[in-house]
Amino acid sequence: MAPPPKDSPPESPPVEEPPSAPPPDDSGRQGERPSRVPPVLTMTGITKSFPGVRALAGVDLEVAPGEVHCLLGQNGAGKSTLIKVLAGAHQPDDGEITWQGHPVTLSSPSAATAKGIATIYQELDLVPHLSVAENVHLGHELATAGFIRAREAERATRSLLSRLGHPEISPRALVGELSAAGQQIVSMARALSHEVRLIVMDEPSAVLDPDEVENLFRIVAELTADGVAVIYISHRLEEIRRIGDRVTVLKDGRAVAGGLPAQSTATRDIVALMTGRDVEYSFPRRTEPLDESAEPVLRVEGLARRGEFEPVDLVVRPGEIVGLAGLVGSGRSEILETVYGARKPTAGRVVLDGKPLRTGSVVAAVKAGLGLAPEERKAQGLLMMESVTRNVTLSSLPRFSTGGWLDREGERTAARARTGELALHPNDPERAVRTFSGGNQQKAVLARWLLRGCRVLLLDEPTRGVDVGARSELYALIRQLADQGVAVLLVSSELPEVLGLADRVLVLREGRVVHTAPAEQLDESRVLDLVMEGSPEPEGRP
Amino acid sequence: MLNSPPSLSKTDPAGPPTSSAARPALPGWVDLRTLALLGVLAILVLVGALTKPDQFLSTGNLQLILTQASVIGVVTVGITFVIIGGGIDLSVGAMVALASVWATTLATQDFGFGGMLMCAVLVGLGAGLINGVLIAYGPMVPFIATLAMMASARGLSLQLSEGKTQMVTVDSVLSLGERDAYVLGIPPLVLVFAVVTVLGWLLLNRTTFGRRTVAIGGNAEAARLAGIAVKRQRLMLYLLSGLCCGIAAFMLIILTGSGQNTNGNLYELDAIAAAIIGGTLLSGGRGTIVGSVLGVLIFTTITNLFALNNLQSAPQQIAKGAIIVAAVLLQRRLNRTDN
Repeated sequence: MAPPPKDSPPESPPVEEPPSAPPPDDSGRQGERPSRVPPVLTMTGITKSFPGVRALAGVDLEVAPGEVHCLLGQNGAGKSTLIKVLAGAHQPDDGEITWQGHPVTLSSPSAATAKGIATIYQELDLVPHLSVAENVHLGHELATAGFIRAREAERATRSLLSRLGHPEISPRALVGELSAAGQQIVSMARALSHEVRLIVMDEPSAVLDPDEVENLFRIVAELTADGVAVIYISHRLEEIRRIGDRVTVLKDGRAVAGGLPAQSTATRDIVALMTGRDVEYSFPRRTEPLDESAEPVLRVEGLARRGEFEPVDLVVRPGEIVGLAGLVGSGRSEILETVYGARKPTAGRVVLDGKPLRTGSVVAAVKAGLGLAPEERKAQGLLMMESVTRNVTLSSLPRFSTGGWLDREGERTAARARTGELALHPNDPERAVRTFSGGNQQKAVLARWLLRGCRVLLLDEPTRGVDVGARSELYALIRQLADQGVAVLLVSSELPEVLGLADRVLVLREGRVVHTAPAEQLDESRVLDLVMEGSPEPEGRP
Repeated sequence: MLNSPPSLSKTDPAGPPTSSAARPALPGWVDLRTLALLGVLAILVLVGALTKPDQFLSTGNLQLILTQASVIGVVTVGITFVIIGGGIDLSVGAMVALASVWATTLATQDFGFGGMLMCAVLVGLGAGLINGVLIAYGPMVPFIATLAMMASARGLSLQLSEGKTQMVTVDSVLSLGERDAYVLGIPPLVLVFAVVTVLGWLLLNRTTFGRRTVAIGGNAEAARLAGIAVKRQRLMLYLLSGLCCGIAAFMLIILTGSGQNTNGNLYELDAIAAAIIGGTLLSGGRGTIVGSVLGVLIFTTITNLFALNNLQSAPQQIAKGAIIVAAVLLQRRLNRTDN
């Protein structure tokens, strides 16, 4: 992806105004700026119900021009519903929206756009087979009598992209061929192609690497300097501290706190507001020392995939958690999926308990005792329309069948037992898995492998989209599985997670293992250095 | 290995509100959709009883409706599996034609009843195998692979029969179509249809095969990563569809006493339409055998009503189209309410 923009002289609008918007590390922006000016947006008493669920129960929100207003809340707290109301995608059952001093009804997404409200969704809403320029102007094409003025659109797109610090993205490139981060830039360019006064960003940093996050912050700073308001949703408190002006915390469809100063409110208080507890996640410590002499369960020998990652060697012992740290695109997920047989290696092999696995076969891997909790839970992990039970037993069907005939009662009993162990909430495994929160969906995935009884568990971003409270539970669970002798190979974008959970960490950069060390010998800044700069000298491997 | 239970806190504030009380007491297959389909069928019967009271409800007419539903019904059961599994089979009509022609060539008829049945089934399985291999291991898009099979199988059946109607001379085959062969007033073809329906229902709802079908149709990638042999399952689905077509072809031979290359014309559209009306999701992952069978019965009853009232086939086609649209719109509403 793009290199971090250095000082990026913006071509167009960003005007250098009094509270100039220098690059991110700006400590001059404190949380006091808003509230003197009349708010650009006021939402009062917004309620919205769906069959069986009260998603919003009277939310108030006030956003000042030029401020970064952060929305915090656990999954299911109502953030997504709220921004969909704001985007015109949902109609509130009750409540009022005042926009620039006038009461408005946002009856459709285009009505919201026309008012100057743009939304960048977490799941990007782009058309993969259209070009960047076509996507940017989708729905408001530059056209004469129906004929698109392609050159003009490309020119306009190019200037938007350079303003966003990514002049290297070609307006003619197909969106489907861009990385997730590139696609997000396109989404943002689309938002800016309108006359916007408010941009809603739903977890924009989730798909971004640290250097791209810096770029995002720079863009946000420029926008706000222009007087554009930003509603920023993120699970990452440190980001909110960095760029936020004020924070509104949602819980169970209500705003439990509105307009808190983003920088000076104590983390403890914010977490307490979100969860009703006052702990952030903690990493369970290993109770017994790792048996270093134990024969490794999993041995990866010279495994490589051309164009994705160079030969990698690693071993995981029973009870050990090995972490793969690296940026998006460093090859971590690819390694995991190749070990699992979901991708065919161009070289090397995977040995389980001394026996080489047939490469490129998930069936063989699962049979041998591997399990994977994939990165994209919804797309790769679960059958969203089916019950938790059916998702849990999916990998163990032969155990519940005689001659192909299913013992459904046995299935239900076994699934319920496993989900009970994992404290699935609510523990009703007959419910469709899509009705559960992210953390509980992940528990369903883990329950599948728990039931199957796997020897090696591959975890790819196990806590993505999981809220703070449920995270600690998952951490404890992973630790517990390891303590029972499962070998765990863990991939995560969140360094504290890798460092906190793993016994040993492999640091990856651009498809290459640049460093291997016990987790306690590493800290976040050291790993960050390694993943971004690469290790200058070949480090000794323990 | 992973035995001792991790005991974790029972609180997870992120969990959605519980609605555990709302578990329907009805058996699994009696849901709102099934009831709606039964309602439509009941209305059609009512219309028939009112417009042609003597003819519609006569035993002969009811036997006729069910017999007509049987052939396309067996095809529909097969295609329902394919669609639930995330595929489509456009070649069912052509496979029925090919199997019916091949099983009624003079050479095959020499082998008598068993030989003809075997031939029809094997031709169906063979065509299904080609479909399945192309789609699962090609890999080809199901639409295109089965479109190619539709053209080829239809062409081959024309070549084999030289466009002639091949009359059946084997008495044991012909006699099954006679009134004497009815069991308690039920034509044997209807019994076959009933058996296929029951077996199909059991296969979908009570076996690993069915579960895997739903899994690969609902999310093929998730199924693959869960360790399911997705390709093999796909292959099996097209084999199953081919098998059903082979059986249907033999039923058609009994019904018409002949085999010809125009048999099974547009069956693919009728079968897909019946499955869709029955609530099968064209994108895969959801569908029921009961729904598909009711879809077939609804279609057949409409055809019968139009015939009894001496209406041309044009309004009949229009009515079928309208029913498809209405059914899909209704289902969307039902889906929305139970989400």
